[in-house]
Amino acid sequence: MDDGKIDLTINTDSVNKILVGFIHSEITRAGFSRTVVNLSGGLDSTVACYLAAQAMGAENVLALMLPYKTSSPDALEHAEMVIETLGVRSLTIPITGMVDGLIGQFPDMDRVRQGNVMARVRMIVLYDQTASFKGLAVGTGNKTEVLLGYTTQYGDAACAINPLGDLYKTQVRQLARALGVPGVIIDKPPTADLWLGQTDEGELGFTYAEVDRLLYLLVDQRYSPEECVQAGFAESFVREVMERVRRNHFKRLMPPIAKLSNRTVGYDFLYLRDWGT
Amino acid sequence: MKVVIALAQINTRLGDITSNLEKHLQLTAEARAAGVDLIIFPELSLTGYYLQDLVPGMAHRASEDDPVFKPLMEASREIDMVVGFVDEDIRHRFFIASAYLGQGRVRHVHHKTYLPTYGLFDEGRFFAWGDEVRAFDTRFGRVGILICEDFWHASPPYLLWLDGADIFLLTSASPGRGINHEPALESARWVEDINRAYASLFTSFVIHCNRVGFEDGLNFWGGSTIYDPNGVLLCQGPYHEEALTFGEIDLNQLHRTRARLPLLRDERTSFVLREMHRIVGQAQDRADEARDV
Repeated sequence: MDDGKIDLTINTDSVNKILVGFIHSEITRAGFSRTVVNLSGGLDSTVACYLAAQAMGAENVLALMLPYKTSSPDALEHAEMVIETLGVRSLTIPITGMVDGLIGQFPDMDRVRQGNVMARVRMIVLYDQTASFKGLAVGTGNKTEVLLGYTTQYGDAACAINPLGDLYKTQVRQLARALGVPGVIIDKPPTADLWLGQTDEGELGFTYAEVDRLLYLLVDQRYSPEECVQAGFAESFVREVMERVRRNHFKRLMPPIAKLSNRTVGYDFLYLRDWGT
Repeated sequence: MKVVIALAQINTRLGDITSNLEKHLQLTAEARAAGVDLIIFPELSLTGYYLQDLVPGMAHRASEDDPVFKPLMEASREIDMVVGFVDEDIRHRFFIASAYLGQGRVRHVHHKTYLPTYGLFDEGRFFAWGDEVRAFDTRFGRVGILICEDFWHASPPYLLWLDGADIFLLTSASPGRGINHEPALESARWVEDINRAYASLFTSFVIHCNRVGFEDGLNFWGGSTIYDPNGVLLCQGPYHEEALTFGEIDLNQLHRTRARLPLLRDERTSFVLREMHRIVGQAQDRADEARDV
């Protein structure tokens, strides 16, 4: 492996400053002063919560714990640890009744469908709480999962703003260490916790450490797949990752509008969200 | 002669000229009270940067009968100013522009000559390309203005130098990008490197004002600088924070540096021009030959 060219190290002070500024700017310009985060007790949502608390003040952050009956008790404990450390507000809203209300009607529903239902029910609760708390949803998706499409569209991917979407998982881990996130949260295996024993790396079939290095070459350094193979990555791995990135691109875009008129949203009606603010 | 400069690395409201104008007037008054001779605002300081379809509604002419420029020109009676705006010419082409105002008059308007239309940039889609690089005279001597991508290319600063500019006034709305272990973003390091290089190569003052704040997910990194003709950093604004940074330049440094290092005296412009003609001509010949085949 040609290690010299792959350096995912980030200056955590600089990144923290930009991300805290981003959250504060984009929340306040939208006319809000509060945020809501779905806090699973995992690494990404914990870091998002730390950033939101810095940006808006802990009293303006509502952390939601939304366990399903199979959710890991450790995860809840870790989420509570974060809430206590930061002093953010919190609510625990079990989703078992809502989820089982749907999946109970389809006895043969496979676990991927079930997982998507859980992710989307959490989205419904999140958005309902943003209305009640008068805040905006801060997302928790990192660059690795955004690129791989390892996320549920309109589920865990749903948010008003996404501070972590340009940091690979291994970079989120660096930021977490710098922010003082408890080691037990940083070191545990990443999981969507949608079924017992699920881990991201088990489901994906590769580790974040490996795939982050490959994505860094492919995306950030604009290496061709052949150059990645020459740099030491297995050809089958490179092909599999490229295909995942391509196949899941739809999750990264708004649904296309069929163009008919001279001026169409998404093509030639172009304004930033920050328009006028 | 010493000149006190203020680098106004402001945040702007996207498409809200009234509020941005108010900030310009307030900071200009503050700078004037502090004894500043010249205050510099960033690229598109009156409008915000990522304008897209807002562009046509943002356009103003740098003239006394314009409601935005009238109060600015009034303010410039006591302090010289560089402000960033969208200019619309009489044929209704829109330009990214910076105006130099002094003693109540518009001294110069520069239209951005290089519009980045790659990566995260889309300027060529919304703006017309300026096609002039001109130095101009001020009460501090001959100066030139360039806007962001203009000085990512080496030719506009070179032309300004040959046209007599001893002070380069550079303005940016530079989105921060490129994270690594260093405290400065890669984009910041790059701009600082080239500005120091221009100061050294042209034995001139290079003054750069870059905005701060966010537009959607883009961050603007600030870090405005002044380099002297030796390439020495005289002052720098903070990264990512609004600031009015003051710096004093001593124009006699031009004399001292150029006595030691006569790069301007020895620059062989006719030779450069001859070679440029040859190189451009050969490229043309090759294109003609390719067509004949």
